[in-house]
Amino acid sequence: MGSVPISWFLTLSAVLFVIGVAGFLFRRNIITVFMSIELMLNAVNLSFVTFAYQFKKVDGHLLALFVMVVAAAEAAVGLAIILTVFKRRPSLDIDEVNSMKN
Amino acid sequence: MQLWLIPILPLAGFLINGLFGRRFSKGVVNAIAIGSVALSFAWVLKTLLGLDLGQPYTERYFTWIQSGAFSVNCEFTVDKLTAVMLLIVTGVGSLIHVYSVGYMAHEGGYYRFFAYMNLFMFFMLTLVLAANYLVLFVGWEGVGLCSYLLIGFYFDKKTATDAGNKAFIVNRIGDFGFSLAVFYIVKNFGSLDFKTVFAQAAGKPEAMLTIIGLLLMVGACGKSAQLPLYVWLPDAMAGPTPVSALIHAATMVTAGVYMTARSWPILIHAPAAMDTIAVIGIATAFFAATIGLAQNDIKKVFAYSTVSQLGYMFVGVGCGAFSAGIYHLMTHAFFKALLFLGSGSVIHALSGEQDMRNMGGLRKKVPWTFLTMMCAAVAIAGIPPFAGFFSKDAILLAAYARSPWIYWVGTITAGMTAFYVFRAMFLTFFGEYRGHGHPHESSPVMLVPLAVLALLSIGGGLLFPIPTFLASVFPHREAPENSMLMAISTLAGLTGIAIAWLMYVAKPAMADSFVGGVKGLYTLVYNKYFVDEIYDATVVKPIVNGSREVLWKGVDAGIVDGAANGVGAGAQDIGGLLRLLQSGDIRSYATWVLLGSVVVIVAIEISGGIR
Repeated sequence: MGSVPISWFLTLSAVLFVIGVAGFLFRRNIITVFMSIELMLNAVNLSFVTFAYQFKKVDGHLLALFVMVVAAAEAAVGLAIILTVFKRRPSLDIDEVNSMKN
Repeated sequence: MQLWLIPILPLAGFLINGLFGRRFSKGVVNAIAIGSVALSFAWVLKTLLGLDLGQPYTERYFTWIQSGAFSVNCEFTVDKLTAVMLLIVTGVGSLIHVYSVGYMAHEGGYYRFFAYMNLFMFFMLTLVLAANYLVLFVGWEGVGLCSYLLIGFYFDKKTATDAGNKAFIVNRIGDFGFSLAVFYIVKNFGSLDFKTVFAQAAGKPEAMLTIIGLLLMVGACGKSAQLPLYVWLPDAMAGPTPVSALIHAATMVTAGVYMTARSWPILIHAPAAMDTIAVIGIATAFFAATIGLAQNDIKKVFAYSTVSQLGYMFVGVGCGAFSAGIYHLMTHAFFKALLFLGSGSVIHALSGEQDMRNMGGLRKKVPWTFLTMMCAAVAIAGIPPFAGFFSKDAILLAAYARSPWIYWVGTITAGMTAFYVFRAMFLTFFGEYRGHGHPHESSPVMLVPLAVLALLSIGGGLLFPIPTFLASVFPHREAPENSMLMAISTLAGLTGIAIAWLMYVAKPAMADSFVGGVKGLYTLVYNKYFVDEIYDATVVKPIVNGSREVLWKGVDAGIVDGAANGVGAGAQDIGGLLRLLQSGDIRSYATWVLLGSVVVIVAIEISGGIR
């Protein structure tokens, strides 16, 4: 692993993050949007771990663990919300879920 | 000696009647109002009897203002001058309070009237007792307030409220001068204490003392209704008649004379200011007397007479005869209060009629009122040995010593005074009754004060020789006895009475033909030289219009309201724009978040990254 330069990890992290953002912005299915969020979180996790490895500190690992916990909680709540939405509406199109508008 | 009790008693009366008077019966209101003033009078007597008046006696209550080396105390002081004023204010005040019980018996707002009267007594006594200019100023403003409240007592009448406003506003001009004088004294003397200021006065430059004297005079001109600020006093007759007697004849309007006399150590070194005071005084005396000649409202006659007599007092002060001014102040308090109370009794008898053309022949219907008023009329005409003779002559003699022309104008004025007062007497009490009502004599509660004042008008001059009494207070001056001059002024008075008799009793047609002969002049005088109209056109209208067009519509509606409304409208507009961001659409939020973070990152990069 020592032969792989740090910048590659960071580039991968950035690419993953941008994919997540693009998915969040351009996909319409709620499930996909949700998965994009997870992707962004994991991209960040990757950069955390990379930096932790780079600086030989444990803080980054800890934070990555925290993010995982939050992501798990978020997944539980988010999926529950999506289920409820799906029960009340015929589609999972995110543009249709706009009852907060006006 | 507990000097503070003197003003506090009426204040207590004011508080009790003002707060709870509505629930009290008239008897209780009377007892509190009259009782407080009478107790105050009694306390004055006790205090004065227990004091050696040769030296000023001062009581300090607390330090009011302390700022560096400058300090003002709440202090009361009593010397002979204060003693005279205290006795006049509480004595005449008590009588007028008693009279008011009868006069106001059928009026609404009974307790309110007495509350205001008591409040007035409090402030007037504060003014008189003050040991420095600031405490005096408190009383000064307070009596002005009470004057305003009582002139506007019949507040449902527009004329009364207008007159109240006029009195208050015109007095502001004078008070402005007075406060400037006070500031100037602080600046140059570093103190407001009478004792300190007067002790230093002799060593100060004349120009400074002249400025102070003239500013004090402006204040006195407002309060004591001198030219050119006299216009409020005749209108002030819109108030109840006891108010006219107490405030606008006997006490408050003489505050200016008292204040200038009190400030004699300053004035004595400012001859220019003294001359100005004397000239303004004699001009006012003459001017107001001519207006008094042609008035038909009985109270208006006496109002202009008051202005004229105050002018005499100014002449006395201006000519250096301070004690003569105070002397006339006292006798005037007796006979003018009596004239007003008597005219109140007449008005009461005629159920509110004030126009002398609708009176006449009342001497048989209201004999006691007639008799007492006659005493006052003779006194004001300056016939010996009535009270007015002594004081007026003391002033005229001093004027002659100063400059003879003032004496001669004063003597002519004395003749006119006798004429207009007796014209009023003859029109009211002689001839045939020209009205329609059924006049009735007033109740004893009104007649007793009249009788007491009548006695004082007869004997007040002889009984209380003020110039001798006050000789130690004021600088000594030679008062040349001149029986010739005394005879001339007495003769002027007698001539005035004789002409009035001729024109209004012996040959009533003469008055009309005389008026017809000088129609232009009569119109001018009858309309008070159009002074009110001139003031209206030159001062009131421009101010009112300027306020309306510039200050209201321009500054207030345009700038002040504009700014307030503009801020509101601006917030609304910005809010409207921000509202567009809150679309409720998740992806637009996400876009904004993205854009925001891009902006933040770019900003960090531009500023050199995180350090």
